Amino acid sequence: MSPLPTPSQTVGPFYGYALPFPDGENIAPAGHPGAITVHGYVLDGAGAPVPDALLEFWQAAPDGSRSGAPGSMRRDPVTGGHLGRDGVGFTGFGRVATDADGHYAVRTLPPGGVPYLAVIVFARGLLHHLHTRVYLPDMPDMPGTDGDPLLAALEPARRATLLGVAERDGVVRFDVRLQADGAHEETVFLAFD
Amino acid sequence: MTVTSPGPLTQDDIDREIAEARDAYAARRADGEPARHHPDRGYAPYRSSLLRHPRHPLVAVTDPEAVELSGPVFGVTDVTELDHDLTRQHPGEPLGERIRVTGRVLDRDGRPVRGQLVEIWQANAAGRYAHRRDAHPAPLDPNFTGVGRCLTGDDGEYAFVTVKPGAYPWRNHDNAWRPAHIHFSLFGTAFTQRLVTQMYFPGDPLFPYDPILQSVTDDAARARLVAAYDHDLSTPEWSLGYRWDIVLDGPSATWIEEGR
Ligand SMILES: [Fe+3]
Repeated sequence: MSPLPTPSQTVGPFYGYALPFPDGENIAPAGHPGAITVHGYVLDGAGAPVPDALLEFWQAAPDGSRSGAPGSMRRDPVTGGHLGRDGVGFTGFGRVATDADGHYAVRTLPPGGVPYLAVIVFARGLLHHLHTRVYLPDMPDMPGTDGDPLLAALEPARRATLLGVAERDGVVRFDVRLQADGAHEETVFLAFD
Repeated sequence: MTVTSPGPLTQDDIDREIAEARDAYAARRADGEPARHHPDRGYAPYRSSLLRHPRHPLVAVTDPEAVELSGPVFGVTDVTELDHDLTRQHPGEPLGERIRVTGRVLDRDGRPVRGQLVEIWQANAAGRYAHRRDAHPAPLDPNFTGVGRCLTGDDGEYAFVTVKPGAYPWRNHDNAWRPAHIHFSLFGTAFTQRLVTQMYFPGDPLFPYDPILQSVTDDAARARLVAAYDHDLSTPEWSLGYRWDIVLDGPSATWIEEGR
């Protein structure tokens, strides 16, 4: 008989000294010319910024590989602190907390094979994390969003919540709305059963 | 849902709402609904959930090529040998009851999750987090930070040495107290298996009053958040032992994984 799952509980307000790590937002190797920035706000059902959310990103490497690599949160065995990333490898994983304005930013490389980054949202007040995706605007060497089965199944207003918006070259805006605030659509969140 | 009277929200108000949510779940079960293993994201007794949960149903992803069916990996560079021992991160010994917490991480088919990252964080023995925004007037312990991590072994096993955290007050309602708990963060072989949760200690009298624990309305599921005291895990003249096994929900693409 299969074991029954352990229930989720909220990340709470005090993860800030435990989960974020230096360079968590720098998924792209330092100085990589192809790096893009994805940034935005996490907002609640009153339209207010959420200053205690934690976002995690997981994605295919530029060559399409999904095997990932260790080294996202390298530790220093001498001081017990963090070393940051090695500046060369691509782990495919990022973690960033929102700031006091509810804003986050990550720097990464466009994925290969699919046009999206997978995102998990944790927050105080959120009893079970949420999955969503950032679909990136058209970029060289990345497939477009036209044939994507998830996007194709959504009505336009809902689909739009998953589409990152090109603000300028290499900068993509993506907001996460945990709940509709009366003026804006709620972000589409995903279930994997 | 009962409309709460004006004035400060009391434990009685919260108790009533917890009972209503439990009764509503029991009624749905009686109508044939399957057991619910996770909390409802919109759980009124936990006031912070009200504006922070989606009202649309989640959209099911059935694409077998979804990126979320794979996930990040971690290795020896991401964890040091000492990270699993929260009592050895400072020059002196932390105050409190020294404990060992160990168990296995399994996927929902019962297979061990090997070589994956487990992160924990917790309050000190007095119920205070080493976090600037924790304003609870209990003492900080200069010899305790309360953060640990380790990689699971070949059998999915993990182990931490720490001190038992204290209960602490919070502001959900008047006289609200969290039962002692350790926060856990876990990775599986797929991003879909990600889990952040809290481990509780057996027999805590605060359980019925806590809307975060009670947000798991299924009795059996809620019991799975409580560790077991295990005398065989206690070390003579040194520490008490608790066992807590963790089962990650969610599918993964790596059906066949031999000899990793
Ligand atoms: Fe806590």
